[in-house]
Amino acid sequence: MSSLKTTAPPAAPARGPRPAPRHSPQRGRLLNRLDLRLTPYVFVLPFFVLFAIFGVYPIIYTFWIAMTDRSPLNATISFVGVDNFVELFTNDPQFWNAVVNTFGMFLMSTIPQLLIALLLANALNRRIRGQMFFRLAIAMPIITSTAVVALIFSMIYAREFGLVNWLLDLVGVGPIDWRANRFASWFAISTMVDWRWVGYNALIYLAAMQSISKDMYEAAALDGASRRRQFWSITIPQLRPTIIFTLIISTIGGLQLFTEPLMFTSGSGALSGGSEGQFQTITMYLLDVMNQRFRWGYAGAVALVLFVLIASVSLLNYLLARRISSDK
Amino acid sequence: MSVTSRRRFAAVALASVAVLAAATACGDSDSSSGSDGGKVTLVVDVFGDQGFGYEELYKQYQSEHPNVTIQERGKGLGLGDYNTRLTQQITAGAGAGDVVALEEGTIVQFFAQADKFVNLADHGANDLKSNFLPWKWEGGLTPDGKVLGLGTDVGGMAVCYRSDLFKAAGLPTDREQVGALWPTWDEFIAQGQKFAAADKKHKFVDSATNFYNIVLMQKAGAGTGYTYFDKSNKLTVGENPDVRSAFELTTKMTAAGLSNNLKSFSNEWNAGFKNGSFATIGCPAWMTGVIKGQAGDAAAGKWDVAKAPGNGGNWGGSWLAVPKSSKHQKEAAELAKFLTSAKSQTEAFKKVGNLPSSPQALEDPAVLAATNEYFSGAPIGKIFAAGAKELKPVYLGPKNQAVRDAVENALRSVEQGKAADAAWQDAVKNGEAAGK
Repeated sequence: MSSLKTTAPPAAPARGPRPAPRHSPQRGRLLNRLDLRLTPYVFVLPFFVLFAIFGVYPIIYTFWIAMTDRSPLNATISFVGVDNFVELFTNDPQFWNAVVNTFGMFLMSTIPQLLIALLLANALNRRIRGQMFFRLAIAMPIITSTAVVALIFSMIYAREFGLVNWLLDLVGVGPIDWRANRFASWFAISTMVDWRWVGYNALIYLAAMQSISKDMYEAAALDGASRRRQFWSITIPQLRPTIIFTLIISTIGGLQLFTEPLMFTSGSGALSGGSEGQFQTITMYLLDVMNQRFRWGYAGAVALVLFVLIASVSLLNYLLARRISSDK
Repeated sequence: MSVTSRRRFAAVALASVAVLAAATACGDSDSSSGSDGGKVTLVVDVFGDQGFGYEELYKQYQSEHPNVTIQERGKGLGLGDYNTRLTQQITAGAGAGDVVALEEGTIVQFFAQADKFVNLADHGANDLKSNFLPWKWEGGLTPDGKVLGLGTDVGGMAVCYRSDLFKAAGLPTDREQVGALWPTWDEFIAQGQKFAAADKKHKFVDSATNFYNIVLMQKAGAGTGYTYFDKSNKLTVGENPDVRSAFELTTKMTAAGLSNNLKSFSNEWNAGFKNGSFATIGCPAWMTGVIKGQAGDAAAGKWDVAKAPGNGGNWGGSWLAVPKSSKHQKEAAELAKFLTSAKSQTEAFKKVGNLPSSPQALEDPAVLAATNEYFSGAPIGKIFAAGAKELKPVYLGPKNQAVRDAVENALRSVEQGKAADAAWQDAVKNGEAAGK
């Protein structure tokens, strides 16, 4: 405790004069110091307690379970080492199918999503009639539940009585079985994702656009730059950090895509994502392995590989971000 | 910030930690069952859109046992979701009901966890053996002879058909004549082709998968006695001749253009009932409840029930079991015995059409003479009970559902245009991966 007296806590703020303690000044000071030292830890404790229970413990447990053959069907748990990973990498076409699907749908949804959001934000950044209404309107999809969005879209894309097939029929195109064709299903799911997230990204871009100095636009206008030229030469470069932020957020969301493809079909076996796994994502496959095949150990291995995939894509994003920001 | 207010903050922070700790500790104060001065609350877990039709029976039991209150959970929950949840609850040893329903396709999975269930023989279940069809009784026994579950219902097998569509297509509508139309499944397909030639708007069968399941269960019952796993739990999806021939018959039916391509239990399938887009459906007894629930009052009197092609069969049916996590195992076992008694099974049959698994109930005049107004007054008791007694059980392995999904997916890919041979390769390959 001697160190307590000599080293002042770094976080201690400068304080004004305070009333002198009436009783036992020694004890009061000690309590006070303890208080100063401990209180910050008490404040952050709830987070770390929860994080330990729901974050650290499951992660460690996943590492352990991935090296076993744990299953509710096995009376005992045996250690199998890296067997699960060997099988995953050498003998599991369904997993790699799910990886391709996940990345395919990620690219198919994220690129248009961010482009549309950018254009939308640019449009809303101008003086238009009913500006407030439109700004609120694009935010609406965010507050709807993913399940409801997926349910409605799966009706819109229904084979028999779907709106899209009806419209296609009007222009003389035959109906598409949206769940049978791989790219059709990716497209349908991407539109679900985009409908929900374009507004969110547009709002972020809009906020960033409003912090760009008007002087730059005025100067550009004086130099005779068109609106289009202003957008590409001023707005986009100024938005770079924001674009990178949305890119990372979309990456994390995209690689964990689950509810939309799951709800795209209903009935038994929805986790298989189409009759030939046309739109089964990694998270769906993970649950399929865990809840249908009861291979909890193997599911642990799938979860860890998913973790590594997300981490490496995020690293890629980070490197990209660093490069772009050093370009400036 | 003064010292006292700082202290107060610390106190609040500490208190919030304490609350959090208490919240996490709450896990073991089991909400599913509690007793309060001799009063016992029993939770019954069931599944399916119609539930098990036990509402009246609960009331009766509660009035006979004033200390017991019964709560039911799970009505409206699909079997897949129900089973996932139950597996987790049983493995965790907490959260499951006091009485839980185990379905035909999933009960074997719980044999591996038999030590987490009460052996109902300890509660006098062995005396009830004669209350159940022999094959149903055996289906509830673990390999080492423990009584895991008591039978509720069996599926039986028939074909439900739209008599109005049959009439429009020039087929007979009387259920005896309709049953005589198709002595075999090949004849069934031939009649379907006749129907398809006369009616371009409707399809003959709802889906390849329902057709397949009913054919498979019949063939396996008459043949090997198992489907994707043999009785030593070895995966046999590629070798079992019954699976192969049911698959081939189904792809033949699909190739004839008879299937409406509706995935079972999907929204589209439900809409198919409402829109009346198909004329027949493979119909175990529990399916009559599904049809009535989905097609609604508008279709009352349009449906009828006829004998299925081939010689009887069974698809579906459940057992009631008591998990060891129950705090009132004795009371729960008594309730399970009550709910599976011949009289209760008759009541449930009247309510939702689940065919009794008790020979006494099957001979009960209330079952034998039962007609279903919704199905044009068809004598459903007689139709479904016929053959239920002589059935041989079909063994379904612990990962039956996973392999079945893989094979069903292959059948759906045929509906979507894939070649039957390639789809069979997929069925075997993916089935083996799923059953690993």
